[in-house]
Amino acid sequence: MTATAGVFREPLRKSFDTEEHLGNAYQQALERNYEDFLIVDVDSHHYETEAFGEIARYIEDPVLRDEALYQGMARGGVTSVDGSYQEMTGRVTRYPLRRHEATPPTIHRDITLMRRWMDAMGVDMACMFPTPMLNIATCPRVEVEVALARAYNRWLCDNILSEEPRLTSMLYLPFNDPESCYRMVEEFGDRKGVIGFMVTATHYKSVQDNAFVKTYAALQERGLPLGFHAAYTWGDKSTALMNRFISVHALGFVWHNMVHMTNWLMNGMPERFPRLKTLWIESGLAWVPFLMQRLDNEFMMRSSDAPLLKRKPSDYMREMFYTSQPMEMVENKEALELTFKMMKAESQLLYSSDYPHWDMDLPSTIYDLPFLQEGQKRAILGGNAQDLFKLDPHFAPWKLERQKQRAMAARG
Amino acid sequence: MNELYVCKVGELDDGGVRIVGEPGHRIGVMLHDGEYLAYLNRCPHQGGPACEGMRIPQVQDVIDEAGLFVGQRYDESDLHIVCPWHGYEFHIKTGEHVCNSAVRLRKYATVVREGGIYVQY
Ligand code: FES
Repeated sequence: MTATAGVFREPLRKSFDTEEHLGNAYQQALERNYEDFLIVDVDSHHYETEAFGEIARYIEDPVLRDEALYQGMARGGVTSVDGSYQEMTGRVTRYPLRRHEATPPTIHRDITLMRRWMDAMGVDMACMFPTPMLNIATCPRVEVEVALARAYNRWLCDNILSEEPRLTSMLYLPFNDPESCYRMVEEFGDRKGVIGFMVTATHYKSVQDNAFVKTYAALQERGLPLGFHAAYTWGDKSTALMNRFISVHALGFVWHNMVHMTNWLMNGMPERFPRLKTLWIESGLAWVPFLMQRLDNEFMMRSSDAPLLKRKPSDYMREMFYTSQPMEMVENKEALELTFKMMKAESQLLYSSDYPHWDMDLPSTIYDLPFLQEGQKRAILGGNAQDLFKLDPHFAPWKLERQKQRAMAARG
Repeated sequence: MNELYVCKVGELDDGGVRIVGEPGHRIGVMLHDGEYLAYLNRCPHQGGPACEGMRIPQVQDVIDEAGLFVGQRYDESDLHIVCPWHGYEFHIKTGEHVCNSAVRLRKYATVVREGGIYVQY
């Protein structure tokens, strides 16, 4: 038979619609009945650059405020240190087209855009992070990092987190200034939607520095997890040897977190702050078994180098938390299964999409894994995050509607 | 076998694409070098709308006779369909991923009849 076309659309136009871009993701959500359980995305991003004028107005120092308003926050061009070609010359179309997306004037644009992609993927709650502002870690002027971090955190709490209970964040710590980190925890630790604090991994500061002890104690006291969000910088001496983005991204996003994790362990931080939960964000999973094996092997020979540790490094690593994306999954089911086992994924792994970035993962990357039981999938996709962050669950409206419809249908 | 009417010949330009079908079964129909090609608009990677992305030729590293790297160029004879979600690239003529032919877009036959383009599925 000949059917008429259900839709007739011409892609590659200049407009952009998140729901259309993610239409296939929504299909996956329907097919897998995501309305049956909570999905929490622990690492997602927005482009704070679009609201940078608003954010900059939160900078208290009037001179720096004017400077920020004048210069803006966009990434540099092709020659800049972080002027990477992450967008693959437009191949990942949401980068160049995103700015053309229309949003209603009554709700903050960032809330609308977050809701749209979350709904499309079947994500109920998200922990959101900025995008270019993660890189202020490498800003040579410490006072600029501190001022911007505080302005961003205030702006986020006042305008976004206070307005939408589905949105949360682990707030940026200006790690180049330990005293300011402590003040940040004190000032924002109780704000609505703040579920922890986060260090961008490209900070060139040692996590074991005594200067941070106060901050860790404050986090532990409040029961707020500390996250290390991976990043890359072409300014690092080793990545400066690389000429391709794939190289600097593949290694950078793992390397900086491996450095912090190793320092964290060898200095006995898990023993010194036994109730402080750490979360390792956006380094994928393959580095975890590598580091476990590597550190265990050396520790057994030279435990005197890490005398605070009472158990093997891997034992502590198995008590830490990890986000899932970017999950290494090209023809390696066996390795992946072993990785899940080694890291105790059913209780320690938290789903993350990293949307809208180029290497984002959909919930189906977890849901479709053949070696997981339904309960384990649900734990990784939402339950573990709900427990770790003590989240009050808020479901996507379409999921609530579908739950209702199904309940009604079941009643006949 | 079912057929889906796409559009009239002439409504689809060379290099253009039309997405037809129902949610869950959308097909991208494109005209390339005078040939109508049709692929399921679902990427074998994570299910992205593969047909809705850019078309870009194969990038090549150029190594000269002395074995030195001298730059990059496009191989214009090998156009790729690029999935817009993460950038998987597929040869436009076969739908096969450029690095692994086992990873491929599902291909459909097309027919042109009485001035109309149809896809068979
Ligand atoms: S879904 Fe197509 S590249 Fe990932």
